Amino acid sequence: MSLDTFRIGFLPLVDAALPILARELGLAEEQGIDLELVRDMSWATVRDRLIYGGTDAAHLVAPLAIATTLGLDRPPVPMSVPFVLGLNGNAVTLAPPLAEAICTPGELLDSVTLGQRLAALISLRAREGTKLRFGVVHRYSSHNYMLQYWLRGSGVDIEHDVEIVTIAPPFAADALAMREIDGICVGEPWNSVAVERGVGVIVNVTSHIWLRGVEKVLAMLTARAEGEPEMVHRLIRALYSAGEAFIDPERHATNAAILARADYLDGSADMIERAISDRIKLAQGHEPMHIPDFMFQHREAANFPWASQAAWLYAQMVRAGHLVKSDDGYAAAQRVFRPDIYRAALAGTGVPLPGASAKLEGGISETTGVGTVQGRLLLGSDRFFDGRAFDPEELDAYLAQS
Amino acid sequence: MRIAVIDNSAARAAVIEEGLREAGLTDLHIFLDRHGLAAKLEACSPDVVLMNLENPSRDMLEETFALSRALARPIAMFVDQSDENAIAEAVEAGISAYVVDGLRKERIKPVLDLAVRRFQAFNRLQNELAEARSQLAERKSVDKAKLILMKKRGISEPEAYKLLRSHAMQTNRRVAEVADSIITAESLLGGDL
Repeated sequence: MSLDTFRIGFLPLVDAALPILARELGLAEEQGIDLELVRDMSWATVRDRLIYGGTDAAHLVAPLAIATTLGLDRPPVPMSVPFVLGLNGNAVTLAPPLAEAICTPGELLDSVTLGQRLAALISLRAREGTKLRFGVVHRYSSHNYMLQYWLRGSGVDIEHDVEIVTIAPPFAADALAMREIDGICVGEPWNSVAVERGVGVIVNVTSHIWLRGVEKVLAMLTARAEGEPEMVHRLIRALYSAGEAFIDPERHATNAAILARADYLDGSADMIERAISDRIKLAQGHEPMHIPDFMFQHREAANFPWASQAAWLYAQMVRAGHLVKSDDGYAAAQRVFRPDIYRAALAGTGVPLPGASAKLEGGISETTGVGTVQGRLLLGSDRFFDGRAFDPEELDAYLAQS
Repeated sequence: MRIAVIDNSAARAAVIEEGLREAGLTDLHIFLDRHGLAAKLEACSPDVVLMNLENPSRDMLEETFALSRALARPIAMFVDQSDENAIAEAVEAGISAYVVDGLRKERIKPVLDLAVRRFQAFNRLQNELAEARSQLAERKSVDKAKLILMKKRGISEPEAYKLLRSHAMQTNRRVAEVADSIITAESLLGGDL
């Protein structure tokens, strides 16, 4: 059987795992796809290759797919997200002296307490005229919006008291070491790299800001996604199987060894395995701590593109001043996430398929069964650190409160 | 027209610079280091920014541009949708370009074309260099394998080469591959070569 070639662009991050495993475990091949992976060093380049035909799909920070669709900073190009590559998996790492000022390195405080302490420090430093500066990996990244959500919810005046700048993940440790930045919100293994070098202490994880927060997605040009549905369905089935392999504890070490290879993350298999198995070393000299659901790549329909997740991101983009709210823009942003394609791809496979396309984000406090069109599905808590919930039908009311 | 070239390869930046100078574009500013890049660019205030696509600082640069839209001289990306082919070609060559809003297209096009040609030339040079290096490495391993055969089997150099070549033909492999396996076997078997 001849295979169809399909190229996916990615950045060297642990959450690029599903496309990598789909290729390396032969899961794409089983679906008749010769999956080629194209590694880049910036999201801008991953996006440009996708737009100009260098790749067929991309591992992308979710808000960038929305920003590209809405035409922020450039002419709009409609994007579709038929599959979520993972939830959470990022951490907040501070320069050691700052971490020591608000917590005991090696311990993980709850986000409310830690947020209050950090807010007090940020306010003090702003008054002294030495504003703290935080790095995020992209202007339109979940990292930026999660960090801002946490800081704002903790009482920080983001517009006046703190600086947030973009730092490429591979430079995170360097930037901390040189005190270019005081802290960073970045994905693994880059927090752990800073910890191992003794230039950073992990003080929080994004799963403690929004449990089940959307992270990387599989993005495609809408024209492409709709033009070759059958091929896209096969790809989604391969990625779904890769998700099953990713969460298998028996496979953690092998998966980490694959991701660590020079073509992929070109990094330490030990460090990658810690992230995969939710064991994170918070500070140099400490034992890794088990942080349940640090990375959430597959269970509970984690790969399902809930339109309400795109809606939440849109709300944060408005809040950050990155776009001006409009009804058309809000509708277009939600249409980027394509639960319809996900359902079509996995119909008849026994995979649980939610009946709804949107949910009340942050509305589940304990494991709850949800309506499906296929299979049985239980969803665990998806709470935000401040206990608020986001109803996609009530955007104005939500923005008015925040 | 003031042009900023940002590249993490000094060699490639020099190749671009030379090409632009030859074309009479002399108001050039080269940036190799990512530290303080945003501030330096702002001070330089270029009309066109050329950056290698693989530069990890692109996201930082684009953020700077997004913020500078509020200033008097906004910098916009070079994405004229009427000319997608030119951009696709630039992406293929490994280059990204940004221009000040309002700069006329006919003034930008020659600069971009030239940069693309220079990038392509640089890529070609790199490939040729890599090829030359691997040819050199292959010749070295063939020489080493010949020595092993000469010593083990007490044959002359031409005979050793003939043996290598005929084995390569029989097994449908390249001479260098056969040589590599001989060297590997020899080192595994504890030979002194």
